[in-house]
Amino acid sequence: MNWPSLEAFLYMGGHGLYVWGSYVLTIGLLAAEAWFVLRRQRRAQQEGAR
Amino acid sequence: MSGWRAVLRRDLRLAARRRIEALLPLGFFVVAAGLFPLGVGPERETLRQIAPGVLWVCALLAAMLSVTTLFASDHQDGSLEQMLLAPHALVELVAGKVLAQWLTSGLPLVVAAPLIGVAFDMHAASIGVLALTLLLGTPILGWLGALGAALTLGLRSGAALVFLIVLPLAVPALIFGAGAVAAVDSGLSPRGHISLLGALLIASTMGVPFAIAAALRISVD
Amino acid sequence: MQDRAHPGRSTLASLPGAEAAGRWTRFASPPRFYALAGAWLPWLWAIALASGAIGLYFGFFVAPTDAQQGESYRIIFIHVPAAWMSMLVYLVLAFWAAWGWILNARMASMYARALAPTGALFTLIALVTGSLWGRPTWGTWWVWDARITSEFILLLLYLGYIALTEAIDEPRRAANAGALLALVGAINIPIIYFSVQWWNTLHQGATISATAAPKMAATMFTALLLMTASFWAYTFAVVFARARAIVLEERR
Repeated sequence: MNWPSLEAFLYMGGHGLYVWGSYVLTIGLLAAEAWFVLRRQRRAQQEGAR
Repeated sequence: MSGWRAVLRRDLRLAARRRIEALLPLGFFVVAAGLFPLGVGPERETLRQIAPGVLWVCALLAAMLSVTTLFASDHQDGSLEQMLLAPHALVELVAGKVLAQWLTSGLPLVVAAPLIGVAFDMHAASIGVLALTLLLGTPILGWLGALGAALTLGLRSGAALVFLIVLPLAVPALIFGAGAVAAVDSGLSPRGHISLLGALLIASTMGVPFAIAAALRISVD
Repeated sequence: MQDRAHPGRSTLASLPGAEAAGRWTRFASPPRFYALAGAWLPWLWAIALASGAIGLYFGFFVAPTDAQQGESYRIIFIHVPAAWMSMLVYLVLAFWAAWGWILNARMASMYARALAPTGALFTLIALVTGSLWGRPTWGTWWVWDARITSEFILLLLYLGYIALTEAIDEPRRAANAGALLALVGAINIPIIYFSVQWWNTLHQGATISATAAPKMAATMFTALLLMTASFWAYTFAVVFARARAIVLEERR
């Protein structure tokens, strides 16, 4: 384990904003893309069923 | 008469009839370049520093502007379809059209740029290299722009789409062209840049016309 | 080769060696692809999430702090995989688009269309995480170094492809025009990269690469590989899902 405490983990040696910003943004964008694609697939299935 | 010569003469004749239209890109170049001193300030040192990049970018945009409509009027009056059906190789006819377009739009830029260069307080040697790089570079831009025009034939999106498609491909020419002028400014030899630019010209002249012909077939068939 | 009158059947089936060919033509048929991809999707998502979780564990709890860059280097575990995927996806896109154009294969063109948004997204992620990494390390939000500038131009190539294919209504023309553009782009990538390198070394201001990777401890490298595997699986999953949607949309 690298981190003495949760605070240290979040603080990231002062670079917390950049590190967590990157990860949150990336995971957010990828999750959003996945959501949009699944929504598109669902819509296409519904259109096809009609 | 060989195919490209016929197309060349026809296009030159058409351009001569609409002389104002043919000179619009040149007007754009002058205006766009002229905006920079107004935006950046009149210090001669600054202007001299930014001149190679600014003039090359403005020439790039002006060259692109004129080429977006290269095939449009032919497409509308049906002569493009005729070209596709003609016994001549489409590549040859495309070459004729692009050459005509370069003579009416690209070459004037090569002549006008040195005059604007004087306004930017460029040294004589830099101005000379600027003219040379534009002489080599504007044909490259002509080929790339024609490719963009062929791909976007008949679409409503117009010039902006052609720009988005073509400008990334024009980056190497811009880098070597503007870089050559900047090199001369710093007292270095521009020979490396110019050789690379020449190589780009040869490569694009050998390859892009075929892509343009393919693009026309995709767009029209 | 696709039998155009009967999109489900493949004329390759009648040639010798058809059984082996049959295994490949399965992917050429949209309905078969639809079924196959649907079966694979849950596994792909599972792999993406699992290797991502393990990779992040390695990256944050096993890999040590970097001596020079401190903790900010940990952005590398998404920045580098995203950059790799952005380049790989473009080449794969160009390949499938060209295949679809030259061999008139519909499924191949659908793959290309499905790949583009994901590739563009990875390029964007690479640029943004690169910027966020550069800020604490080098003090600026953006540095015009060779790699970042090339990545930026790659984003423009993606956007151009997407814009062109979206602007054309007729599907065949859109796919083929996109294929030509993607091919021209792919051929140009080494030229663009070389010219940007050239440009960057001459303008001495940005000689330091803003996202220079730290010396790799083995644990860092493991985490990097795991994250890359995760991004790979994710890409397959999203692209398959999108391609399935496209199959349904184009059937209408």
